[in-house]
Amino acid sequence: MLVQLDPGVIIWTAFTFLLLLFVLGKTAWKPILKALDTREESIRQSIERAEEAKNEAEKLLEENRRELARAEERAQQVIKEARELAEKMRNESVSKASQEANKVLEKAREEIERDKQQAITQLHGVVAELAVKAAGKILDETMDETRQKKLVESFLNSLQKN
Amino acid sequence: MIFGLVTDSTASSIVAGAAKTVVDTARAVASQASDAASGNWIIEHVTDSHTLSFLPFGEIHLPVFPPINIGGISLDMSLTKHVVMLWLVAILVFIVMKAVSRSYKQSLIPGRFASAVEMVIIFIRDDVVVPAIGEKGKRYLPFFLTLFFFILFSNFFELIPYASTPSGDISVTAALAIIAFILVQGSGIKQNGVVGYFRGLVPSGIPIFAIPIIALVEIMGLFTKPFALCVRLFANLLAGDIAIYSFIGLIFVFGTVLVAPLAIGFALFIEILEVLVAFIQAYIFVTLTALFVGMAIHQEH
Repeated sequence: MLVQLDPGVIIWTAFTFLLLLFVLGKTAWKPILKALDTREESIRQSIERAEEAKNEAEKLLEENRRELARAEERAQQVIKEARELAEKMRNESVSKASQEANKVLEKAREEIERDKQQAITQLHGVVAELAVKAAGKILDETMDETRQKKLVESFLNSLQKN
Repeated sequence: MIFGLVTDSTASSIVAGAAKTVVDTARAVASQASDAASGNWIIEHVTDSHTLSFLPFGEIHLPVFPPINIGGISLDMSLTKHVVMLWLVAILVFIVMKAVSRSYKQSLIPGRFASAVEMVIIFIRDDVVVPAIGEKGKRYLPFFLTLFFFILFSNFFELIPYASTPSGDISVTAALAIIAFILVQGSGIKQNGVVGYFRGLVPSGIPIFAIPIIALVEIMGLFTKPFALCVRLFANLLAGDIAIYSFIGLIFVFGTVLVAPLAIGFALFIEILEVLVAFIQAYIFVTLTALFVGMAIHQEH
């Protein structure tokens, strides 16, 4: 009695099941499965996009870092160059100034020397004249003027040599 | 004081009335079957009949159609208890799935109920059908989903008072197994061709003298697989049903309410177990059907 097949029930079951399959297939499974697929696709795409964006950001960051390092390096270089330039300029200006000073000093010295020479020459003339006059007065015409002048001059020259 | 007395007596009379109802029901059960201990009432309860019993509220007698004669075979297509239950199951599945699909129409983000059902749908798709059949299995997905929810809901009818599970009727499970059998053979033939499919049943590289034996075994296997499906589902559900009724029946066998806590405790335990069984049996039926379809499609041995 328990395990008795009833063909009527079998047919009803098959009919009910197939009808349910048909109706659900049309009205429920199609939209549900489609929605699931759509959602999964969108999730997949979102993850892909996020991954892409991450990669992009990482690349940008790396690039920025490299750029920064390069800029740093360049700045260092610029500073170094500037420092070198400044050093050079300072050295140059110092040496130039000292050169200039030397030159001025030299010139001054030369001028002094020249003036001295001039003064000495002038003094020679004056002294010689005075000496001759004085000697002439003393000797009183024992010698003619030219002879006396020659004498004094040789004397002065010997003085100068000493 | 008088009021208190009155309510007290009313309460006691209600208790007495309830106890009387239980005793009456027990008597009715006992008188219906000649002897409660014989268990005939259980058999009556789990087998198909033409009446929907709503004891103690009465019965509905289903219409009985005269047998239809097709080619000398008389076919009794009259409605039975299990057919009505089957329709209720189908309507319930339809309502549930319609609600779920409506939830998806509103937004791709499912509601609470829809996501619970979705979990099962995704489980059937990703852990049952696709591993067994492959990507091609997605074409058969509506069938397997319908099968799963149909069997699952029908299994749950075992636990609803006054309902009776169609899955505990061998005719119902046989019908499902026949449909599964047709699908398995059909998908195999569609994939490999008629000749290719039947030739593929016998694995290659077998000594010639063994081919007839293997062929016989394989062809028998085609029929034993759905037979096993049918009997497994039917027997599991029927056994659970009978176990519950047996524990309840202990009360009437012993004829005393004192057994009730123990009997109802055990019955409750079995009922909770049956919730698990309902899921497991639906899962097994669908998984095995998917495996058989996969085996019929991918015949490489």
